[in-house]
Amino acid sequence: MKFKFVFPTLKKISAYGRGLLSTLGIIACSFALNTANAADSVNSTGLAVTDDTVTVGILHSVTGTMAISETGSVQAEKLAIKQINEMGGVLGRKIKYIQEDGASDWPTFAEKAKKLLVRDKVAAVFGCWTSASRKAVLPVFEQYNGMLYYPTFYEGLEQSPNVIYTGQEATQQIIAGIDWVVEKKGAKTFYLLGSDYIWPRTSNKIARKHIEKLGLKVVGEQYYPLGHTQFNSVINKIKLRKPDVIYAIVVGGSNVAFYKQLKAAGIDLRKEKPLLLTISVTEDEILGIGGENIEGAYAAMKYFQSLDNPNNKAFVKAFKEEYGENIVIGDVTQAAYLGPWLWKAAVEKAGSFDIDKVREASPGIELTTAPEGYVKIHPNHHLWSKTRVGLAQRDGQYKVVYETEELMEPDPFPEGYQ
Amino acid sequence: MSIQSIREFMPKNNLVYFLCLALLIFVVFPLSMDIFRLNLIGKYLTYAFVAIGLVLCWGYGGILSLGQGVFFGLGGYCMAMFLKLESSDPESTKIQSTPGIPDFMDWNQITELPWFWEPFYSFPFTLLAILLVPSIFAYIIGVAMFKRRVGGVYFAIITQAIASILTILIIGQQGYTGGVNGITDLRTLLGWNIRTDSAKYILYFVNGVLLFICLLVAQFIRKSKLGRLLLAMREREDRVRFSGYDVSNFKIFIFCVAAAFSAIGGAMFTLQVGFMSPSFVGIVPSIEMVIFCAVGGRLSIFGAVYGTLLVNWAKTTFSESFPELWLFAMGALFISVVMAFPSGLAGLYKSKVEPWLIQTYTNIKRYYLERNGTRPAESGETL
Repeated sequence: MKFKFVFPTLKKISAYGRGLLSTLGIIACSFALNTANAADSVNSTGLAVTDDTVTVGILHSVTGTMAISETGSVQAEKLAIKQINEMGGVLGRKIKYIQEDGASDWPTFAEKAKKLLVRDKVAAVFGCWTSASRKAVLPVFEQYNGMLYYPTFYEGLEQSPNVIYTGQEATQQIIAGIDWVVEKKGAKTFYLLGSDYIWPRTSNKIARKHIEKLGLKVVGEQYYPLGHTQFNSVINKIKLRKPDVIYAIVVGGSNVAFYKQLKAAGIDLRKEKPLLLTISVTEDEILGIGGENIEGAYAAMKYFQSLDNPNNKAFVKAFKEEYGENIVIGDVTQAAYLGPWLWKAAVEKAGSFDIDKVREASPGIELTTAPEGYVKIHPNHHLWSKTRVGLAQRDGQYKVVYETEELMEPDPFPEGYQ
Repeated sequence: MSIQSIREFMPKNNLVYFLCLALLIFVVFPLSMDIFRLNLIGKYLTYAFVAIGLVLCWGYGGILSLGQGVFFGLGGYCMAMFLKLESSDPESTKIQSTPGIPDFMDWNQITELPWFWEPFYSFPFTLLAILLVPSIFAYIIGVAMFKRRVGGVYFAIITQAIASILTILIIGQQGYTGGVNGITDLRTLLGWNIRTDSAKYILYFVNGVLLFICLLVAQFIRKSKLGRLLLAMREREDRVRFSGYDVSNFKIFIFCVAAAFSAIGGAMFTLQVGFMSPSFVGIVPSIEMVIFCAVGGRLSIFGAVYGTLLVNWAKTTFSESFPELWLFAMGALFISVVMAFPSGLAGLYKSKVEPWLIQTYTNIKRYYLERNGTRPAESGETL
């Protein structure tokens, strides 16, 4: 009865001057939370956790130019959350998610990240895709102590206590791929090509260092602005210099133009003269490029939809049941799917949703049910995972032709490659 | 300044508009919102600087610039460069191969601070640069265009091209500019942590005060002879020229003023949001800023502020509630504004709200007059 009396008056007052009361309110709230949850070590920092639910955030672009790439990640994260809930949730709590749209716009990402952490008090955020969006939200996560599960393969050079990187950092994608092409295909000369921003540039820097370390030669290196569609001049240069390998890190829509123009210029990738190795074309991109245009190219990734193992078969089946038979699953989509599972494992190991405890529990977390096989969180917050090389097929899938025997150690600050 | 000239500068109804807006920005918002929402409002208000500039230059001068993002960006980048240098002291960047330079330079194998970054160690220089760099740039564009009597659509297209060129330049020169990521992770201003809640409150009020200074300057221009000349130029440029005025100089001047306003907005944006990226410089944000101004009403400096607030508030609210459909809602908003009130919120106010207010006011007055016999009621009492 007492509460019934108090609450309406509070509400009325707040309608007049919430700002004045907000400081008082915060003190009162923190008091209430502290006293209420002091015994409740599951959540001692006021996250959005109730007795039977826990709220997390999903933050991707579902509108704008990046939507086409990020949609797969949203789907994967929702699927993982659904499956976790069907298994009984995390620490007995069902996961609820709040989805926000980053709108392919980095400041919007920062705004929404802040909203999720400050207003919604989410226990974890699964999101971001481009490096630019991650760089924009990073200060927000560090300031408000949130936890971000970031799915994309990226350039490395970063290690935040508030991010778990479920994709590969650059060395994991590059070194094994180049070793393979040198050993198995006898490649001697390379032509490096990329879109002009931090990830292709850093990746090519690592690639060049590694190639030169092996005593081989880079015969050309070139960058084009994002969205560029005229590759004829570089194709002519490639024809002139005759490299053994075109190492292509072209991203987004430019890919469509690049591969079509390669084909139109008479370079048949199936003949492997030159051979094309990419680290930026997943099954998702092939949908746009068209299997007939990229057939015969090789890609170095950690995951392909065609991976033959029971985990992946179950994953692909569940994904298709959820989103339709024609859906394709790329490398990043799988990495995004790992996010909620890794978070669940860390929370259960810590016995708490507290960000600090989850962070402490994270290194060493293993996932034997990962579609890519087995992954483990390294103390540097990246994942141990295998590198695989796939050969692009006409039907838009990759055929796996090589996989490293050992898990590749993540090394975001590679010495000797800087 | 005589009473007469003050009256002319600020007619009674304009004073009411000023006071209403001040009440809203300095009292209502801070009291009714928590710091997260208030910080968002602060961010929206930085766009209002651009919109006010556009009212002067487009609404009054008839110069449609689709590249105001350039000046917003230049202002923002000047501020960001200063903040970035401050946060990249050798101590906190010691893991880099070259400590003491911004992190993105290190990633791009740059081993020494470029010469044009050097002066941004100085705060006074930065403040000057925020105003001067965009103004001088606007001056150069203005001289090149207006002296040759390039105007109208051609000018709009050229400003778009400039916005596009600058974006490509920034993205292409990522070693010097941070590329597509922009300049991120800005922490302190002269040792003062700008990421705390109290700093955000202070920055919000500083932003508000600067906005009012810009509004007053705009009001001054509007009410001065220059304002009337601008209107005349918009309607009949030739006649103004034949009357002996040098039209191009007025155009250049107002374009520079609009650029300087935008730059102040950009600098405040960097301070409040904590980073700057090329996504504010390009064509799309520049056009968006014209939309803010159009929704508000392109002839009203107050309308511009309200328009900016409305559009951005709608953007945030729609996208929070319907993350996958919000763009349709925004589209509907723009279409309905253009269809229903072509002169924006300010036009709506003028044609619908103001007559109603006057009517109500007279009704109340009459009521009091009738009730109290013939003694006229004092307006202060009745309202």
